[in-house]
Amino acid sequence: MIATTTSNGIRVDLKLIADLVEPRTRVLDIGCGDGALLDYLYKVKQVDGRGIELSMAGVRAAVSQGLSVIQGDADTDLKDYPSDAFDYAILSQTLQATRDPRGVLENLLRIGRRAIVSFPNFGHWRNRLQILGQGRMPVTESLAYQWWETPNIHFCTIRDFSELCDTLGITVEKSFTLDRHGHPLQRPVHSRRANLFGVEAICVLKR
Amino acid sequence: MSQDRTISRAKTVSLGADRPIRLACGVDLGPFTVAFETYGTLNADRSNAILICHALTLDQYVASPNPVTGKPGWWHTLVGPGKAIDTDRFFVICPNVLGGCMGSTGPGEINPATGTPWGLSFPVITIGDMVQAQVRLIDHLGIDQLFCVIGGSMGGMQTLEWAHSHPDRVFAAVPIATSYRHSAQNIAFHEVGRQAITTDPDWHGGDYFSHGVKPHRGLAVARMAAHITYLSEPALHRKFGRSLQDRDSVGYGFDADFQVESYLRYQGSTFVDRFDANSYLYITRAMDYFDLATEAGGVLANAFRDTTVRWCVISFSSDWLFPTSESRAIVHALNAVAANVSFVEVNSDKGHDAFLLDEPEFHDTLTGFLKGAEERRGLPVEPRKAPKP
Repeated sequence: MIATTTSNGIRVDLKLIADLVEPRTRVLDIGCGDGALLDYLYKVKQVDGRGIELSMAGVRAAVSQGLSVIQGDADTDLKDYPSDAFDYAILSQTLQATRDPRGVLENLLRIGRRAIVSFPNFGHWRNRLQILGQGRMPVTESLAYQWWETPNIHFCTIRDFSELCDTLGITVEKSFTLDRHGHPLQRPVHSRRANLFGVEAICVLKR
Repeated sequence: MSQDRTISRAKTVSLGADRPIRLACGVDLGPFTVAFETYGTLNADRSNAILICHALTLDQYVASPNPVTGKPGWWHTLVGPGKAIDTDRFFVICPNVLGGCMGSTGPGEINPATGTPWGLSFPVITIGDMVQAQVRLIDHLGIDQLFCVIGGSMGGMQTLEWAHSHPDRVFAAVPIATSYRHSAQNIAFHEVGRQAITTDPDWHGGDYFSHGVKPHRGLAVARMAAHITYLSEPALHRKFGRSLQDRDSVGYGFDADFQVESYLRYQGSTFVDRFDANSYLYITRAMDYFDLATEAGGVLANAFRDTTVRWCVISFSSDWLFPTSESRAIVHALNAVAANVSFVEVNSDKGHDAFLLDEPEFHDTLTGFLKGAEERRGLPVEPRKAPKP
């Protein structure tokens, strides 16, 4: 995960996601952690935000700040929400940790008119090099776990993700990749270079 | 800020003389009395009122000493100047429930029609009836919308009922350690308690007043059984283990050999001094009858359709009387109507009782939720003062 923060104290990748959200909209942030993005969206964009977070520590931190966050699981709890309940359903750095990424994606686009999804790109050249050169599972800044401890159980490359969107009839409305410092790369996300040099991808999805 | 702002004043008010409330059982009740306590000051636009709903055997003395027991208010760690429910900022109202025995109309009070205690002639009441009586109190106080309704256990049931039946009069709701319906297991425990009372020869069919006695033994046993359900096995083990009471070895008899027995006997014996046996029957019955899902046609989410209330649902990990799964069911129903809801399960090994104890995670959650709700409600935000020692 890219840990650099901006001058507002919000993580660079979260700030990039926040920039994609229209002011005064309804947002559901799934895997919202301690609520940093929701807090920023509320203060800067007057967003009516809700969050779901798996870890109770994250939930308590968020609720203690006055944010509307519940303890829950992207895999099991999204089905409860009615269709079109939100303008945006945001899933940041969580898709790869879900049991059923496909079902989660479908639910995101049922609940939200748009979904914003960010995920680490397993196709990044450093990952490829570690497997090819050392024959080992990659451990990098953005994938900082050993194989036996990682919560990430469904890795994909940017290309894999695009293909799943095609299969599900999901339109990728906007997308970009980030370098290891969290800066956006000026390359189209479907390009081979993006899949090689992007550490992380952020996509705005539409039904 | 003058000191008297936070001093509580014991109050009772007679309501419903001209317009009785229609109870769920079909009886019209009025006039009826509500005894209540208030703390803090109602602001000019009457927007800072918090209603606290009490649990089964508690009362209106939420933050001030109980005149019967002399003990501090049951939530004095939570309610007061600079505390989570800050009486420097909020006007806190805590009424004794209908059917209670601390001044509100209940089976131990005098029936104005007969001049004798109601006893079993008191109509069976429900959680909805308790809330109806509270609505009249809030009307009487000239408050259109409560900033927040907060309650644990049976108080949580009233909180859910308020938000369900009067969503426009509740800005925020905090149901704590509660359920949308009383479980079969909980009804079973209540029935044990009621049987203990009604089989006590001193109960006299509920007419013990005229016999000059009280069913102390039955009520004490009811309390002992109930008290176990408020704790957890780890909490009991930590507190007592198998330690013996005032002896080095077991006595080969039926005295209170174990500390846990002695503790329970003490809990039972002190309870009878402050609680009325008939009230216990009526209030446990009200809890048993509570089922918001059935009330809403079988689907709990329908109880909250189009709700504009801001919710914060709180449960405790070791509470087996109102387990987290029941809070989660409430949260799922609220999600299904896209309600604004927070949900925290507080880690505690103290069982159901945790909601009455000094649990920092719980207090932080409530403080943060109220702060967020205040901002969104547009209440004037002043810097919070440090709690007074």
